[in-house]
Amino acid sequence: MAKRRGRILTGKHFMLGNYAVVEGALAAGCDFFAGYPITPANEISERMAARMPEVGGKFLQGEDELCSIYAVTGASLAGAKAMTATASAGFNYMQEGIGYAVASEIPCVIVDVQRCRGENYATQSDVMQMRWAASGDYEIIVLAPASVQELFDYMIKAFNLAEKYRTPVVVMSETTIALMRENLVIPNGNDIKNINRTKPTVPPHEFVPFKADRDATPPLPDLGTGYRILHSLNPHDEYGGISWDPDVFETMYDRVIGKITRNRDDIVETEEYFLDDAEIVLVAYGSESRPALDAVQKAQSEGIKAGLLRLITVWPVPEKEIREVAQRASVILAVEMNIGKYAGEVERASHGYCEVVRVTKNRGEIHTADEIYAAIKEVAR
Amino acid sequence: MKENPLIKYLREGSLPHFFCPGCGAAQVMNYFLQAADKVAVDFDKLVAIGGVGCTARIPVYLSADALHGVHGRTLPWATGIKLQNPDLKVVIFAGDGDAAAIGGNHLIQAARRNLDVIVIVVNNLNFGMTGGQVAPTTPQNLRTMTTPYGNVEPPFDLCELVTTAGATFVSRWNTAHGHQGTNAIAKALQHKGFSLVEFVAQCPTNFGRRALRTGDPWKGIQWIEDNSVTRDEAKKSSAEELAGKFVLGDFVDYQKPVFNGSSVFIEETVEGEGK
Repeated sequence: MAKRRGRILTGKHFMLGNYAVVEGALAAGCDFFAGYPITPANEISERMAARMPEVGGKFLQGEDELCSIYAVTGASLAGAKAMTATASAGFNYMQEGIGYAVASEIPCVIVDVQRCRGENYATQSDVMQMRWAASGDYEIIVLAPASVQELFDYMIKAFNLAEKYRTPVVVMSETTIALMRENLVIPNGNDIKNINRTKPTVPPHEFVPFKADRDATPPLPDLGTGYRILHSLNPHDEYGGISWDPDVFETMYDRVIGKITRNRDDIVETEEYFLDDAEIVLVAYGSESRPALDAVQKAQSEGIKAGLLRLITVWPVPEKEIREVAQRASVILAVEMNIGKYAGEVERASHGYCEVVRVTKNRGEIHTADEIYAAIKEVAR
Repeated sequence: MKENPLIKYLREGSLPHFFCPGCGAAQVMNYFLQAADKVAVDFDKLVAIGGVGCTARIPVYLSADALHGVHGRTLPWATGIKLQNPDLKVVIFAGDGDAAAIGGNHLIQAARRNLDVIVIVVNNLNFGMTGGQVAPTTPQNLRTMTTPYGNVEPPFDLCELVTTAGATFVSRWNTAHGHQGTNAIAKALQHKGFSLVEFVAQCPTNFGRRALRTGDPWKGIQWIEDNSVTRDEAKKSSAEELAGKFVLGDFVDYQKPVFNGSSVFIEETVEGEGK
C-alpha cells in the first residue's frame, strides 16, 4: 500500500530547502496549498502535491498565480491555514491578491523563491517588491531565512504571525537556500508552538466583525458559521459595510496598518554577532548573512572590531536595532545580493549617526566571505 | 403596507441599492432571491461572491457571507472555499467583464474542473460601471465609448464556451423571462457541479444610451427580446438567421464528478495485498 506519512516528520534529515518549506508549513498546521509552476519554486508544489493529500489537506495547481493567491485567500476565509509559493516573476502577478489579503485582513503565507529576471540565478532583488508592489498603502511582514533549517523554522514563524495579525506574511527565499541540501532537524510536534487565529466569542447578532483597537486584530469566524460577513477590498466600516466616507477610510487603514506598526517590537527579530564593541557593523539578511558572518569572524581573528546585525525580519524594518548599532559604530556595511536596495532603509534607520557603505553584488552569485572581508578591510584602514 | 417577503434575505442597513433605475442586474438579484426562497437555501451556509462591476455588487446586499471587490477573481476565491469546505453553497454574481474578459481563463478552468459552484452572469453587453466601454460580449457593429465607429470584434457566446469547457448545467435567459430565469437559477442551486446561468440584460444608462441610442429600460428589454430565439427555434434556423441572436434555454444538464483538488491521495494496491 502507498504509505501515508504523518504530518510532522520528527527526526534528522538531509533535505532540500524547498522541501523544508513544505515540512515547516505542515508542522505549522498548513492544510491548503495552491501554486502555479515556476522555477526555482517547483519542488515546493511537487512535494505539496504528495504531502497535502496524505495529511487530509488540499492541493490546487492553479491556472496561474492569480488563481493561486485568490484560492489561498478563499480557503483561509473558509478556515484553512493556507499558503502559496512562487518565484519573482510569479510574485509580480500575486501582488493584486496580496493587496486584497492585506485590506480584508486574511491570514496567509507566500513563499517567494527569488530569481533574477528570466533566469534562475541567485539574487535578493525582490526585497523592495515584497514591501511595495501592491497598490495602496499597507504594511507587510517579510521574514528572511538563511538556511534549510531556517526555511523550516520560519514557515512556522510565518504562519504564527499571519494568524496572530490576520495578514499575509512573505517568506523571502532565495535559490541559494531553496536548491541546497543541508541538515534539518524536525522537532517533536509537542515542541512546536502554533498560533491559531482567534474566533468570535459572541453570537453573530452581537459580533462587530472589523471592530478592534487601533493596534489590535479582530477575531475571524470561518465562512458558513452564521456570521454573514462581507469581506470587501473596498473601504469598510466596523460592520464590514462599504463606505465612501473619508473618516471610514482613514480609520480602517489606521488600524490595518497600525496593527503591524504598533506591534513592531513583537514582530521584529534580529540576531547580533560581536556587536558589543564593534566599530564596523555589517547589516545583512537572508543567505548573504552567512558569508557576512564568516567575514566578521575572520576580521575578529585579525583583531578588527567588526560585528554583524542579521535581520530575520526584513519588513517591517528593524528601525530600533539599526539605529542602536549606528549610534555605537563608526561605519555600517549594508551587504546584499542586488544593486543595493535595502541599503536605503539602513541609511534611513541609521539617522545619520554613522556612514553607511553599500556592499553589493548583482551578478547572480552570492558574495564570498573573502569579498565581504575585503570590504571590511577597505573601511578598517 | 405589506413588507416584501424577500427583504429578510437582504443585509441589514445595505439599502438603498446603487443600481440605476431600470437596471437588469437588480432584476436578476430579485430572480435569485425568489429562486433561493423557492429551494430554501440556508443563508448561513451561503457564500456570495462578486468581483468588480455593477453585478458584482449583488453580494453586498445579501444577508450572507460575501467576498467582493477584486475584478475577475471570483472563481479562484470560490475554488479555495469549496476545496476547504465542500458543504458551503457558493454563488458567484458576475458581469460580462468579470466573467468573459478579465476572469475568462478562471471561468473556463473552473468549468473544466466541474467545480461545484453556481455562476450567475448578468451580461449587459458592455462595461457599464466604467461608463459604457466595449466588452467581449458586445454585438458587432454597435457603438460604445471605445468603439466610436462600431464594434469590429465578434462577441463570445458564454454558454457555448462553458459548455465546451465542461460545465454540467448551463442556461441562458433574458430579463424579460423572469419566470424561466428564476427556474433556471433554482435548478442551478440544486445542481451538483459547475452551473452557469446567463441573463442578457439591459443597461439603460450606458449600453442603452450609447449602443441603442435610448436610455429607456423598456426599449432596451424590447431590443434584447426582439433579438432572442429559443433553443428549439434555433435548431430550425440557419447560421445566417442566428447571427447576432441570443439563444435562450437550457444548453446542458448532466452529472459528472466534481472537483476536489488537483492531487487526491490514492492507496495503491500491490500484488498479494487486498483485491
